[in-house]
Amino acid sequence: MSEIAEHTGTRKKGFFAWIARWLFTTNHKEIGTLYLVLSGIMLLVGGSMAMLIRAELFIPGLQLVQPDFFNQMTTMHGLIMVFGVVMPAFVGLANWMIPMMIGAPDMALPRLNNWSFWILPFAFTILSSTLFLEGPAPNFGWTMYAPLSTTFGPASTDYLIFSVHLMGISSIMGAINVIATILNLRAPGMKMMRLPIFVWSWLITAFLLIAVMPVLAGAVTMMLMDRHFGTSFFNAAGGGDPLLFQHIFWFFGHPEVYIMILPAFGIISEILPTFSRKPIFGYKFMVYAIACIAFLSFIVWAHHMFVSGIPMAAELFFMYATMLIAVPTGVKVFNWVSTMFKGSLTFETPMLFAIAFVILFTIGGFTGLMLAIVPADYQYHDTYFVVGHFHYVLVPGALFSIFAAIYYWLPKWTGRMYNERLGKWHFWLSAISVNITFFPMHFLGLTGMPRRIPDYALQFTDFNMIASIGAFIFGLTQLLFLYNVVRTMFSRRTDNLPDNVWEGAHGLEWTLPTPAPAHTFALPPEVK
Amino acid sequence: MPTHGSYYVPERSVWPILGAVGLFGLGYGSINLLHSHIVGPLVFISGAVLIALTMFGWFHAVIKESRAGLYDAQMDRSFRWGMFWFIFSEIMFFGVFFGALFYARELSVPWLGGAGSGELTHLLIWPDFKAAWPLLANPDPQAFVAPQKTLYTWGIPAMNTLILLSSGVTITLAHWALKRNERNKLIIFLGLTIVLGLVFLSCQAYEYYLAHYKYGLNIATGIYGSTFFMLTGFHAAHVIIGAIMLFIIWLRCVKGHFTPEHHFGFEASAWYWHFVDAIWLLLFTFVYWL
Repeated sequence: MSEIAEHTGTRKKGFFAWIARWLFTTNHKEIGTLYLVLSGIMLLVGGSMAMLIRAELFIPGLQLVQPDFFNQMTTMHGLIMVFGVVMPAFVGLANWMIPMMIGAPDMALPRLNNWSFWILPFAFTILSSTLFLEGPAPNFGWTMYAPLSTTFGPASTDYLIFSVHLMGISSIMGAINVIATILNLRAPGMKMMRLPIFVWSWLITAFLLIAVMPVLAGAVTMMLMDRHFGTSFFNAAGGGDPLLFQHIFWFFGHPEVYIMILPAFGIISEILPTFSRKPIFGYKFMVYAIACIAFLSFIVWAHHMFVSGIPMAAELFFMYATMLIAVPTGVKVFNWVSTMFKGSLTFETPMLFAIAFVILFTIGGFTGLMLAIVPADYQYHDTYFVVGHFHYVLVPGALFSIFAAIYYWLPKWTGRMYNERLGKWHFWLSAISVNITFFPMHFLGLTGMPRRIPDYALQFTDFNMIASIGAFIFGLTQLLFLYNVVRTMFSRRTDNLPDNVWEGAHGLEWTLPTPAPAHTFALPPEVK
Repeated sequence: MPTHGSYYVPERSVWPILGAVGLFGLGYGSINLLHSHIVGPLVFISGAVLIALTMFGWFHAVIKESRAGLYDAQMDRSFRWGMFWFIFSEIMFFGVFFGALFYARELSVPWLGGAGSGELTHLLIWPDFKAAWPLLANPDPQAFVAPQKTLYTWGIPAMNTLILLSSGVTITLAHWALKRNERNKLIIFLGLTIVLGLVFLSCQAYEYYLAHYKYGLNIATGIYGSTFFMLTGFHAAHVIIGAIMLFIIWLRCVKGHFTPEHHFGFEASAWYWHFVDAIWLLLFTFVYWL
């Protein structure tokens, strides 16, 4: 025990001590905070790029940027939002909450945890530096398809490759830590089928990360070899195939999109019961559904490639396999609704975001089903319909769940309540503007507007203008969130919140004092 | 001290951040090496030195804590899960390259030769190309000069299989010796394992020499060379890493570390060695043999 007692005690003051604390920390809460701060910074960077994209698309013609720079913006926006915002935010939440939820003293491998985090700022420095170097930044879309990234890739592609390698190392080490923590550090009595669903969702997400990040590493390694060492993995002249890149990328890519949504499912499954004052409906099936979705994610990758020229039999298989995912996802949505059914609902900000998640994510899920249909996809592929679809699952899906989680747990973290009125403003402005932004994109896609272009035909103008206006409102609204969170974090007031901040909340994290002490459970609690 | 409250949470540590800077150096240095930039070698070497320093310092700290008795059985399980999932990630990494090999052999090369839906591709792009494996004539012979010959399965590769399999036996014998506290046997068998690993690597190096200089087979000779060298190359790199791990463990054995009950460092390295061994069996089957 002495080791633990030692460094919870006095802290040295001063700038260097402050820096050292964050650089050398082995504390899961501090590392969780670092992840969330990084994610917030990258959200501003990636968000600015989105604003620039929407500004350029406000009216037809080229106004603000050249096509090549536009391509760099779409590429970097995608990479930053996926690897720099959504993933680190979920890892940050995992770091903060998993030890608190399972009754552990910390993460299983605290030093590895620190390493996982600190690799990321370097990875994003390498990636972002391409914008300031001579020659274009990566400009072939976040999917990095060969030969755009091999034969025709700019010099900056090498920066992208090594940056992805670093992100991969970070994600794998982080995921190993999560799994070791959940499997090994549960308090006595915390059986697997008693784990909070957020923890379950992260256990499965971590497995997906360990399974597919090495696949992405392999893909970019082959890219690197094709670019510099004369291999012909993606070059038919030597017997390879550019399609091979798409297969490998999407074998990583499809589990990856579930890596970005399963923890969101977990968060929503924590929040809805609290504010419905009812236990989650169908706990076991919620767990099985997550496992089922994770399994299916490995056998659906080629639905991203229906127009790439793959055999018809393969297209049919991948179509049916993809549609199967609707079954476990439907189970989840119905169970969330049933959780709320006849509950004593109150509508604090986390609950508002959670309800919006259920409705809007379901819309994204339905458009996903439409895209899964092979003949329909021939029409929708590479149009704004696809952009609308995946932004619905990522923005009012993943991002809303992150907002919900931060509002939900911030009082526990800081000991202070965020400003509820400001939170509600943030919610309503976000929920309305997110639909103004992304709903018209479906219409644009159905009428044939291709994605990833800086200019478009005149008949698309109205919907593009609406989408851009929505995007600017959405972008500005996030400053409210930033202000609300920062004010809560750095305020000097003490709110004397009870241990159980929300009256209907259950779970070990609510048995800890508020704000949560530096070290979680020095002695594991007995779970009955 | 209650058993369950004894999970060791380490102090703040300088090593992870140094490791992160080291990785940055390796990555950023590699980019600049590829672009022939003057800072390339300097940054790369600094990164490598930092990584080496980090590993030394970090493992030193872990070994010290372990020998001070700070780690309980639960900590041991954390390490086991950690190593297990790390090896799983490595398996997935090799899986990608095996996937590329199978894709080339079963799909892309036959398609280019006109099989199945590749008929038009074949007729329109390279009508003279004939699908075969090993690929001794590439679709576009100007762009990728094909190798004259590939390696004979039942020569060095078969011998290497025997060598690596025997090293799997010797490390198990070393493990048994450790469990029975027969230290001399432990040191001899573990040493023998490392020697076998080095013999394997020498044979592999000779084979690479043959391929390059006698058979015209290198990484840029089309998809056969690409898959061959990426798979065997990454495998050899893992043998080197495994041998270094075993060597460190051997040094620790000589210094009297490890007890018959507590020797996770030994076991982790042994797991890794078996993993490298298993990958080789797949390599031998699908790259050299079938």
